[in-house]
Amino acid sequence: MKVIKLILRNIFRHKLRAALTILGIAIAVMSFGLLRTIIGAWYSNSDNAAPDRLVTRDAISFIFQLPLADRDQIKQIPGVKEVTFQSWFGGIYIDKNQFFPRLACDPETIFDIYPEYVVPTDQLDAFKKERDACVIGERLAKDYKLKIGDIMDINGDIYPGKWQFVVRGIYKGQKETTEETNMFFHWDYLNEQLLKTAPPRANKIGWYVVKIANPSDAARISEQIDGLFKNSDAETKTETEKAFAAGFVAMSSAIITGLQVVSYVIIGIIFLVLANTMLMSARERTREYAVLKTLGFTSKHLAGLIFGESIAIAVLGGILGIVLTFPVVSGFAVAMARFFSHISIELLTVVLAAIFALLVGIIAGIFPVIRSTKTTIVDGLRQIG
Amino acid sequence: MKIPLSYSFRNLWTRKLTTGMTVAGVGLVVFVFAAVLMLAAGLQRTLVATGSDDNAIVLRKSAESETLSSVSLDESDIIASQPEVSLGSDGKPILTKEVTTMINLQKKGASSNDLSNIMVRGVSPAGVMLRPQVKIVQGKMFTFGASEVIVSKQLIDGFEGVQLGGSIRFAGRSWNIVGLFDAGNTGFASEIWGDKDQIMQAFNRPTFSDVVFRLKDKDAFNSFKSKIETDPRLNELKVLREKEFYAGESETLASFIRILGLVVTIIFSFGAMIGAMITMYAAVANRTVEIGTLRALGFKRRSVLVAFLFESLFLALIGGGIGLAVASLLQLVTVSTTNFTTWSEISFSFALSPGIIIGTLVFATAMGIIGGFLPSVRASKLDIISALRSS
Amino acid sequence: MADVTVQVQNVTKIYKRDSLDIPVLRNLSLSIPEGEFLALMGPSGSGKTTLMNLIAGIDKPTSGNVTVAGTNIDALGESQLAAWRSQHIGFVFQFYNLLPVLTAFENVELPLLLTNLSKKERKEHVETALSVVGLSDRMMHYPKQLSGGQEQRVAIARAIVTDPTVIVADEPTGDLDKKSAEDILDLLVRLNREFKKTIVMVTHDPHAAEHAHTVRHLDKGELQ
Repeated sequence: MKVIKLILRNIFRHKLRAALTILGIAIAVMSFGLLRTIIGAWYSNSDNAAPDRLVTRDAISFIFQLPLADRDQIKQIPGVKEVTFQSWFGGIYIDKNQFFPRLACDPETIFDIYPEYVVPTDQLDAFKKERDACVIGERLAKDYKLKIGDIMDINGDIYPGKWQFVVRGIYKGQKETTEETNMFFHWDYLNEQLLKTAPPRANKIGWYVVKIANPSDAARISEQIDGLFKNSDAETKTETEKAFAAGFVAMSSAIITGLQVVSYVIIGIIFLVLANTMLMSARERTREYAVLKTLGFTSKHLAGLIFGESIAIAVLGGILGIVLTFPVVSGFAVAMARFFSHISIELLTVVLAAIFALLVGIIAGIFPVIRSTKTTIVDGLRQIG
Repeated sequence: MKIPLSYSFRNLWTRKLTTGMTVAGVGLVVFVFAAVLMLAAGLQRTLVATGSDDNAIVLRKSAESETLSSVSLDESDIIASQPEVSLGSDGKPILTKEVTTMINLQKKGASSNDLSNIMVRGVSPAGVMLRPQVKIVQGKMFTFGASEVIVSKQLIDGFEGVQLGGSIRFAGRSWNIVGLFDAGNTGFASEIWGDKDQIMQAFNRPTFSDVVFRLKDKDAFNSFKSKIETDPRLNELKVLREKEFYAGESETLASFIRILGLVVTIIFSFGAMIGAMITMYAAVANRTVEIGTLRALGFKRRSVLVAFLFESLFLALIGGGIGLAVASLLQLVTVSTTNFTTWSEISFSFALSPGIIIGTLVFATAMGIIGGFLPSVRASKLDIISALRSS
Repeated sequence: MADVTVQVQNVTKIYKRDSLDIPVLRNLSLSIPEGEFLALMGPSGSGKTTLMNLIAGIDKPTSGNVTVAGTNIDALGESQLAAWRSQHIGFVFQFYNLLPVLTAFENVELPLLLTNLSKKERKEHVETALSVVGLSDRMMHYPKQLSGGQEQRVAIARAIVTDPTVIVADEPTGDLDKKSAEDILDLLVRLNREFKKTIVMVTHDPHAAEHAHTVRHLDKGELQ
């Protein structure tokens, strides 16, 4: 107890310097947490993937559409329970900055294949019945204060024109991590317009989502589906939902690597800040350490004091940094809403941050400890504070 | 009476380890700061270089990118007949009808699953002329009518199975690579070019993606624009200056990088300032007696403040110089990532400009001054007698 | 005959400074009996502080023996010396050397933390020591709240709290005004006469030396 008291009092001997060091470490720990969270956000879609769902999209790029006619062929393959599809609608809702997925889909099958989007039965029925109905996630309903019966006006860009949808259902995510920011409407509603205004674009969908009976059949079924359309005008690539999501991550691998490098640079900075402070403290207290030795304290005792101080500062800074990470991540999530729908701080990130802070605390103490051990009492007493 | 600069400098030298660590810390921060600026500049350079102010591009209104656009044969003929289109020495319009699509190429040295989307551009004979930034450096231009292509030389290094004299297979056909082009810093540096008719045939495309032409004069653009908006045969299309168009295509990616970069930079700046502050406060605390002596000798408060401020500045500039020097090595690095709008590969490098060098040094200087200011003020405010007494 | 508490035999000490050999003590011998109050005097560089350091076990001779209270301290290892010091030596420095973050009480308690005494026992010893030096009313004050003379008295309390064999004082009054200096010297005399403490004091001040029993002079590493 005495030792801890001594350590804490030593730390705050120079209140300003202690505060700055702790703050410096806190900022570094916070940025580490922020960066890891950003990197995690990239991967979050693949975390939400279901093992019994496959995604079939154009072999070259998912931006190329597939014929609706493919659907029946896919359904025939043994092991396939159900096939649904989605098309990215895009468009502008309110203004260019409102980013959430707006998807044309098949109302009959969409929620069977995505059971994690929970819609009350009466709402689902209403949605199925009305051509211009839509179902939105609860988070969208909250953010835009939408209720059942409200109208959403969307200015199409990919599909030009003024479109109106009526909210007939609001879905809740089954898990904490399920996105509640999607908007689903009838593909038929879109298609019947296309048949009138731009026939070449009609009867096409963005990608298929295939529900299979047995996840271990994924590889076989994927191959068979792609085999159906090989050498056609629209060759397909089928993969598990997880692999599909991972593909997006891989597209930005250069950026992700950059962020990871930066997060480690930050650890280096934490270390330098703390080591610097520890070194300065040790230098100032050379005489004091010598006095302690004259009283009979050994180098081991001093090592305990120094490491204790170094670790204590690192821990204080680490805790502050972790606490700061939360509001910063929230702010970041708002700024980057169009790129990441779901940003949350993982437990692993917090644990890693704590571990690194601790490690840095230990390592930063090494040099001052060595110095205090090597300095003889006589030399130490000679030093002027 | 001014305290000589050598005082500041030598004090740094005496405490080598502490000085060294502070310099390293500042250096790291400056490195990240410079790297972020260089990345944004590199991307910007690619955007700016791609496309020319003299050219206009026409595509479908609803298309976000060339690949999703379609312009019919009729529409393209109408455009070609407009007076705003510049005519060549042969009297023909300087205009290219292009079809763009994407293929998959395997990244070099990666697994067979590691594919990237590469743009294939079918051009008209005027296509190369309209893009002076693109120069054929090896081999020759492809022959129109043949199953031949020219590829950007950058693709050779990045992807498997791409070499001059070899062939590449897509859309059910084999295409001979007869030439390599250097597209500098433009977005064309990740593309494969071929005869538009051949490409359209192979991919079964009934329409073009877009039309690019040289504007006759400065005012041509505006008059063409209003024409497009009013002519019922053309009003499903939009026209943009070529440069603007490509800039817009990378806008999303650019803002993403800029926001990320800004966040990182702001956070790191605080780190740097705090590091500098800690060092300077310690320096002041350690030299209290010295400061008292200097003041007793007759040096004014202001001289003391300036001396310490200089010390802080030295620290920051040395660290800044090192960070900048290391950052400049990044110019050798090319970043290849997916453009969020076209969903195809875009590569750009880190660009170092005099502006960035100056900006970074200013940043380092600011860190040094802000970090060192308060401690220097404290040093200057010390009471002579208590300073001399303290030990 | 009184027991010899400190026996210095044929001691030489050579310091190495940047590859130069500087002899500070030359073949020096000294006996200090129990209960002695010895003042070591000499000009700057005479080696008096070095001799004191050797007696106190914070430095080792290059050659020769130092025996204190029967123990050959020059033969002890680092940690053994540390333990020995905590029991047998009490230090008083010119600049007091109190830990600024500890109260007077806590400073005096420091050496006791190395023992097995209980908290209660430590408290008793500390209070006793502080009352001997006359600072019971300032136990909870921090060094910066004390005057120079008071700080030095706390330092002396710290030096005696473990009931050491020898008290070693290096220029104890060097930083004090005349009145405080006198108080400190009187205290040392009292410790010697009443409590029978063996004291070795290094000083360059003849007036301070007058308070001691015996005065020995050192010059260029040799006793006169």
